[in-house]
Amino acid sequence: MRIGVVTFPGSLDDKDAQRAVSIVGAEPVALWHADHDLKGVDAIILPGGFSYGDYLRAGAIAAISPIMREVIEAANAGMPVLGICNGFQVLVESHLLPGGLIRNDCQQFVRRDQRIRVENNTTAWTSDFAAGQEITIPLKNADGGYIANAETLKRLEGEGLVAFRYLDVNPNGSLNDIAGITNERGNVVGLMPHPEHAVELGFGPQGAERMRSGLDGLPFFTSVVSQFVNA
Amino acid sequence: MPTIVVEVMPKAELLDPQGKATKGALSRLGKSEFTDVRLGKRFELTVEGPITDQVRADVAEIAEHVLSNSVIEDVVAIHYPEGEK
Repeated sequence: MRIGVVTFPGSLDDKDAQRAVSIVGAEPVALWHADHDLKGVDAIILPGGFSYGDYLRAGAIAAISPIMREVIEAANAGMPVLGICNGFQVLVESHLLPGGLIRNDCQQFVRRDQRIRVENNTTAWTSDFAAGQEITIPLKNADGGYIANAETLKRLEGEGLVAFRYLDVNPNGSLNDIAGITNERGNVVGLMPHPEHAVELGFGPQGAERMRSGLDGLPFFTSVVSQFVNA
Repeated sequence: MPTIVVEVMPKAELLDPQGKATKGALSRLGKSEFTDVRLGKRFELTVEGPITDQVRADVAEIAEHVLSNSVIEDVVAIHYPEGEK
């Protein structure tokens, strides 16, 4: 399986996402913001960082960059797309997911190992989790406050489209403790915390037995691979 | 060359963390008469040639779809130069 990772000017975690793809046995493919070419990939990751310096609004300029035309087309045709952090902001700015992300209510950049609950394990990126599974992956953002109008929130909650919810601490003022959401079809998923930073011993969140041994990000990537293999 | 000004503000019902931080700073300076600060954006769009109906249509479209995100912000004003109203 070939999984594309889009690099925008200011992307930071594109290499980490590519590494996560390699670790689960898929082939990472570097995609470039200024191209109109998805290079025949089977899934796409929009990585974390500060695309275009987060000028205008976080993710706003990336959302209208050349490659997003093809990404939006592919997403609407059912291709799995995962937006992590800045990638989540790009997904809401390009209207592939509803709502918006604003400055953290604490007015500070937050970095912590964040516990979240997997609320929907039927998406392309969460099927290897158990329903309601509680995991810990790193969170690091300035603009992570998820908001939506009352009608959209009601629909997200009613239709099970809240994919992840913050546990213990709501780090950024997100409504209903929402950490991530999915579209109705389950192929487009966006979240603020970073699964790609919890895929390798020694480099993840603090584990109970060993330092930095958290691997809770792996199922995101194994999910999309196993669905592809079984398709 | 004429310049068109577009003003965008965070939605009134949303928390504006930047405005809140600024208001806190004013209070610390002893300027406690200001009970609220909200912080928005001003865009200056310069065009070559006259402001045609097409330019106005383009300004309305990008103000709504690029310069602002209607989920979190409102376009509160679009100002055309004097004599171009």
